[in-house]
Amino acid sequence: MSPLSHDQVDSDASPRQNGPLIPILIPPDYPREAMRHDVHSDESLVSIRNLSYGYGSRVIFDDVSLDIRRGKITAIMGPSGTGKTTLLRLIGGQLRPLKGTVTLDGQDVHALRRHELYLLRKKMGMLFQSGALLTDLTVYDNVAFPLREHTHLPESMIRTLVLMKLESVGLRGARDLFPAELSGGMARRVALARAIMLDPMMLMYDEPFTGQDPISMGILVKLIHDLNKELGLTSIVVSHDVKETMAIADWVYMISGGRVVGEGTPEAMASSDSPWIQQFIEGAPDGPVPFHYPAEEYREDLLGPSAGLKSPSK
Amino acid sequence: MNMLTLFQSLGRATLGALQKLGRSQIFLLHVLTGLPLLMTRPRLLLKEVYTVGVLTILLISVSGLFVGMVLALQGYNVLSDFGAEESLGVMVAASLVRELGPVVTALLFSGRAGSALTAEIGLMKATEQLAGMEMMAVDPLKRTIAPRFFAGVLSMPLLVGLFTAVGVIGGYFIGVGLLGVDQGPFWSQMQAKIDFEDDALNGLIKSLVFGVIVTWIAVFEGYDAVPTAEGVSRATTRSVVYSAFAVLGSDFLLTALMFGD
Repeated sequence: MSPLSHDQVDSDASPRQNGPLIPILIPPDYPREAMRHDVHSDESLVSIRNLSYGYGSRVIFDDVSLDIRRGKITAIMGPSGTGKTTLLRLIGGQLRPLKGTVTLDGQDVHALRRHELYLLRKKMGMLFQSGALLTDLTVYDNVAFPLREHTHLPESMIRTLVLMKLESVGLRGARDLFPAELSGGMARRVALARAIMLDPMMLMYDEPFTGQDPISMGILVKLIHDLNKELGLTSIVVSHDVKETMAIADWVYMISGGRVVGEGTPEAMASSDSPWIQQFIEGAPDGPVPFHYPAEEYREDLLGPSAGLKSPSK
Repeated sequence: MNMLTLFQSLGRATLGALQKLGRSQIFLLHVLTGLPLLMTRPRLLLKEVYTVGVLTILLISVSGLFVGMVLALQGYNVLSDFGAEESLGVMVAASLVRELGPVVTALLFSGRAGSALTAEIGLMKATEQLAGMEMMAVDPLKRTIAPRFFAGVLSMPLLVGLFTAVGVIGGYFIGVGLLGVDQGPFWSQMQAKIDFEDDALNGLIKSLVFGVIVTWIAVFEGYDAVPTAEGVSRATTRSVVYSAFAVLGSDFLLTALMFGD
């Protein structure tokens, strides 16, 4: 092989993720340029371009574009109800956007056929807010579930792998418990062990810190950070817990009202001069995001013609 | 204006119902593609046959016994007026094999196992277990729903057989034991008059059809449930109500086709 062609191979595919799977999954006639949106996407694992989504008359995303860089922890932050979880489902191909594309590792997620999508999903893990553990299986069987479904490994090897993953989240001793016997934090750690079972290249965390006590929160923060580093993952953390998320994120996107309202390193975000971002980070009750849900003028509402006759909601 | 809104809501409801019907059929086709997986991993199916079928045995046996006993009591009253007590065995067996076995079993099955299936699948959806499976690249329709569906379809004919057999025994206890019908004609007339093709086979076909209908409704309602506590509760109710309508309606159709001439 000449040095020139070697170079070409190298520049075309990054060593780990673009390995042998690409030639199999992408038809030979697929235009390669279509997978490269701009210079940026070489280093980004996920590129979202001009994404719009909504149902009924409700718009959840309006022309959103963002990139998730390889090997980094990207935080997606914003108030509750801004569709952060929806974004993860769009990336995972569980929902279909109205407009725009989601490209994961060079593949347009929503242009894939069903079995191709399932192949792609083996390369991503998702941690649901509830953990989404299978309630009729023990911790051990839950963590072993992906292996049993996707491989024909002998039971002895499954055992070794399961115990290794459980050890990495500190729950090797809890293997015989059922999900109902776990605390919320433990359930999330088990779900995390399960999510890394197939050694994915990307992990998506849906509100990992919500409803956790300070200790569980600290454990999860550390786990997300360490796993990302040690397993060479790419992580997307969707959260509204400012302190914890800012502590581990390499890059932060702020989403509000269906748009990206700011992006940058956590430090840059903390010193941002946008009043909205300041309000969000400091948790101020009133500001650009008003304390009051939109309503007609207070005085008029109390004394107006409809007062005492019927409530405005009817 | 009022008329217009009436038509609008009527149209919306019709479209909604048609859409749901369509969804349920695509759903069924998708579930059927899970059969090869069950062939290679029969353990998945056996586990569900236990929960769906085996745990329903007690209910079916007890109900079958009582239905058979009631049939014998009522039948004896009518038959003895004509001096035809000896036909009691035929009457009990024919009613059970042709009608009551499949229909009552299907109704009981939908109350005992169908509602449980709907609630279980609805809750799995509400707790993101189905979505979680999808994200682990496991198709929940094949891995979770298909075993339950086929377990139901497989269990129903067996339960109907059990119900019918226990019912006949119940009829025997009352007819021969209590009312003093001669047991010779009781059994021999039953043997002579109950035809394999006309009665047993038709009963089997009915039970298979009911098995598909009831389990299909149960798993689809669970899968299609609004993933909240209220949504699952409504879905469970719908599962039982729709099953009852569907069983009784299709029973009329099947009976008309099988015994109508």
